[in-house]
Amino acid sequence: MNKKSTMNSAWERLVNGLVKENPTFVLMLGMCPTLAVTTSAMNGLGMGLTTTVVLMLSNLIISLLRNIIPSRVRIPAFIVIIASFVTAVQLLLEAYIPSLNAALGMYIPLIVVNCIILGRAESFAYSNPPIPSLFDGIGMGLGFSFALTCIGAVREVLGAGTIFDYSIMPASYVTINIFVLAPGAFFVLAMLTAFQNFLKATRAKVSEEAAAMVGSGCSEDCMNCSEKGCAKRFYDTQASDKLPDVNAEDFQEKPKTVEVEDMDEKEEV
Amino acid sequence: MSDMYKVSSNPHVRSRVTTNGLMLAVIVALLPATGFGIYNFGIRAAYVVLTSVICAVLTEGLFGLYRKKMTITDLSAVVTGLLLALNMPVNIPLWMVGLGSVFAILVVKCLFGGLGQNFMNPALAARCFLLISFPSYMTNFECDAYTGATPLAVLKSGGTVNNFDMIVGNTSGTIGETSMLALVIGACFLLLLGVIDLKVPASYIISFVVFAIAFGGHGLDPQFLSAQIAGGGLILGAFFMATDYVTRPITAWGQILFGIFLGVMTGIFRFFGPGAEGVSYAIILGNLLVPLIEKVTKPVAFGRGGKS
Repeated sequence: MNKKSTMNSAWERLVNGLVKENPTFVLMLGMCPTLAVTTSAMNGLGMGLTTTVVLMLSNLIISLLRNIIPSRVRIPAFIVIIASFVTAVQLLLEAYIPSLNAALGMYIPLIVVNCIILGRAESFAYSNPPIPSLFDGIGMGLGFSFALTCIGAVREVLGAGTIFDYSIMPASYVTINIFVLAPGAFFVLAMLTAFQNFLKATRAKVSEEAAAMVGSGCSEDCMNCSEKGCAKRFYDTQASDKLPDVNAEDFQEKPKTVEVEDMDEKEEV
Repeated sequence: MSDMYKVSSNPHVRSRVTTNGLMLAVIVALLPATGFGIYNFGIRAAYVVLTSVICAVLTEGLFGLYRKKMTITDLSAVVTGLLLALNMPVNIPLWMVGLGSVFAILVVKCLFGGLGQNFMNPALAARCFLLISFPSYMTNFECDAYTGATPLAVLKSGGTVNNFDMIVGNTSGTIGETSMLALVIGACFLLLLGVIDLKVPASYIISFVVFAIAFGGHGLDPQFLSAQIAGGGLILGAFFMATDYVTRPITAWGQILFGIFLGVMTGIFRFFGPGAEGVSYAIILGNLLVPLIEKVTKPVAFGRGGKS
């Protein structure tokens, strides 16, 4: 969570959104559009890019207004800003790409409540200058688009034998219908998430930067985290073995206090 | 004498029943139905059974190699493969059988932690996977021996069926479901061995019959009711799949409740759904409710609860 050091680098924000904190595969945000509209690669890409535009602009505007918006009403203010951009984007889609608008349907207005957008506004744009916020939006949006296109492509190939409506399977290929239905979305999302975890795990084994990588997706919930060797980890199975006479209650108390200290430190920095 | 001084940690009371033995009993109990299926539908049924079992065992073996924990010898993969094959029409392409087997073992069982951790019956989950993916292949029951619809589909469209044929099994359908006689022989074998008890199957079938009397549209017509019991996968499902140790509730009342739920769901699928059959969906839905059922029917420990 070393945001301070990466803040000035727009490039880092981009990579962060695409790989380290990929909103779909790592943060698991925005599951509703991820599961619902990725029946084809085209739909996934369309949804991803639409969200990217909204995310980029809302991050920029919220960052510019961050000193004016009182923190008590920040969520309603975010929603108003996001909803304005979504409305604008939807009108543009209706005018210029009606087919995509028809395919995505209800999920375009629902971008307003997409938790990636609200999440980035709350956790990044509201406390950072405009330029990094803009690039954070682009990075997150591209990461989202990439993930949705991947899921859509796999589902389209298996479920319909085509990719971007271009037939790639032999004529004798029997389509596996379940992949274009809702259960297929869960299967493919789970498999792709497992695959990227597998890639990251193999890389982490080689690299000494494992702890830093773990930190990027860290929910600070060390009790339920299985990552060993994480620098931030204070609750370890080995540590608990060494303290056999501590009550269970003490263990439950411990994370809370440490967490509070941790947050205080961050604010001071 | 030396046994007297043996010191070991608990549990001290051990059962001789092993996973291996239970699975072997289920396999033996399924043999009459499998044999009749091959007799009824011809040699292709044997290919389907072999493909399914071999793919299931291979998947389990390869996953065991990857995880360095070989579980192939507990025979559970054989049971899953066999049950899946008995749930297939005879003329299904063999690669679909293999895909279903791999799905059952890999996705439904191994990825959730192997035998004992799967939250739904692997064979039925794979059947539903195939049914949704390839509906035209999975519901095409035409073969050399039979060209007509399944007895349940005939009943659904208002026709009449020969009940004697249905009990013996001379009808179209999936490989293992047609012969009520062969299935009941296998079920009696399991009941006598004590591998399964009657709680789930009896509450399942009785509640289904009650539902059929109430909503089936034929009232107390014995011909219709017996055809509904003998037809489709009800007997196969009730005795061999709903009784799966892993995916049924462990409490006694929970098992009865589970059976009643399955009976009602099967009735709803059969009489109000678009298809003629609904046993597999009913059992899968029941599997998903098992944690809830167990929570509701959890017995009160001695000394707890009651008036305080």
